[in-house]
Amino acid sequence: MKRHRSFSLPYSMVTPKSVYLSRRSLLGSLLAAPGIAASAERIENVRKSGYGKGETLTPYDAVTTYNNFYEFGTAKEDPARHARQFRTRPWTVRVEGEALKPRTFDVDEILRLAPLEERIYRLRCVEGWSMVIPWIGFPLAALLKRVEPKSSAKFVAFETLYDPKQMPRAAWAGIPLPYVEGLRIDEAMHPLTILSAGLYGEVLPNQNGAPLRLVVPWKYGFKSIKSIVRIRLVRSQPPTTWNLANPREYGFYSNVNPAVDHPRWSQKKERRIGEFFKRDTLLFNGYGNEVASLYSGMDLRKYY
Amino acid sequence: MRLFLVSRAAKAALFVLCLIPALWLAAGVWRGALGANPIEKITLETGQWTLRLLAAALAITPLRRLAGWPELIRFRRMLGLFAFFYASLHLLTYLWLDQSFDWGEICRDVVKRRFITAGMAAFGFMLPPALTSTRGWIMRLGGRRWQQLHRLVYLAAAAGVVHLWWKVKSDLREPALYALLFTILLLARLRRRSRESGGERAATP
Repeated sequence: MKRHRSFSLPYSMVTPKSVYLSRRSLLGSLLAAPGIAASAERIENVRKSGYGKGETLTPYDAVTTYNNFYEFGTAKEDPARHARQFRTRPWTVRVEGEALKPRTFDVDEILRLAPLEERIYRLRCVEGWSMVIPWIGFPLAALLKRVEPKSSAKFVAFETLYDPKQMPRAAWAGIPLPYVEGLRIDEAMHPLTILSAGLYGEVLPNQNGAPLRLVVPWKYGFKSIKSIVRIRLVRSQPPTTWNLANPREYGFYSNVNPAVDHPRWSQKKERRIGEFFKRDTLLFNGYGNEVASLYSGMDLRKYY
Repeated sequence: MRLFLVSRAAKAALFVLCLIPALWLAAGVWRGALGANPIEKITLETGQWTLRLLAAALAITPLRRLAGWPELIRFRRMLGLFAFFYASLHLLTYLWLDQSFDWGEICRDVVKRRFITAGMAAFGFMLPPALTSTRGWIMRLGGRRWQQLHRLVYLAAAAGVVHLWWKVKSDLREPALYALLFTILLLARLRRRSRESGGERAATP
């Protein structure tokens, strides 16, 4: 089929960003592309982490052109096309709710709260495909601790920016907006749960959820909410967008689980982007050692 | 125009035209230009071209009347067979690239998932008309029975739209468009038939 590029190259050997940006410069200049210029920015002083050793990274082009971000269109290639002009500065994130010190953070301040790490995580979409992505970020817990959660905070609710002026295609998303997501507090405080501001050593491209997104690698991708403007510590389980849109098909927990099918398709296997045949899906996306204890005693069929 | 429609060149041109999507996909595979998930792209495109060509085939009859070009009938079989061709590619993509010919899993899938059931039904409805599309089969079955058998194409179109409708996650514009298109094409026929039968009744004393 596709001529096989070897994916075992380190990403430093992948076509340098500057090269294909210059390839696109004609297009870029036609579209007056501040978005592109911004996304080329490298992030310095990133610590490597041990996650994802031995995984083959999904190529940058695939990670940044095959996206679900319905505010910018429902086709996979839509967000890369239509999020170019999306303004990610100035940007603030309100962190509030059951906390002693609720407040609004500037996104650049958030990025200085904790040392930035590279985390190579598997991403498994509920649709049956997966990627391996070198995110740059830090544990969500570091931000939450800043506002000093009260003991009454049992869940965390997240909200994506909803600006119809910047997102004209959102009218056809077919899901209620603004996009909202939620985690249980122990899931949110788990060291695997990160806020990400970059990938492949660079500032997050808009279509990947700039300027700040959540990454929860043991859950289906839609839990990893993008372009966050509000984080609320709450007492009870918050509503989540896909669950609102179709409660039978998308649960609150949405842990990756090959044994619990989506009503319309099997979750046993997944197509790793770049691979020809499907591979087996792993329980908790292979992060069971770290997270299975969060769900001990829970019926994962009931709490899908 | 009508002279062109009866020419051999017109048929050849349509044949090439109908092949373009398949050639485009093949070229895309060869150049690695089908995006991050080429198999999904192939599945989507072959499915869409099945519906489009089914619509084109079903549009022939109303168009003949509307445009006053009865010669258009020459192209209906080719359009229908190309719809079947793309449906076959679509099915093959699923059986091979999606399920790796794991027949147990495929059977479970067909029974368990209604969008797959609908897709399989659509293919099932297309199969008899495709196999009996030749002049020989018209003779063997007799025009009336042949025509009745080929009404399965309506069912195929309906099942195809349902298949797409059930597959889509939230943006229903595309299945709704096909549903509208097929409804119009079907209504165009029903209206004519009811007018004809009405005429017959009026003629009887």
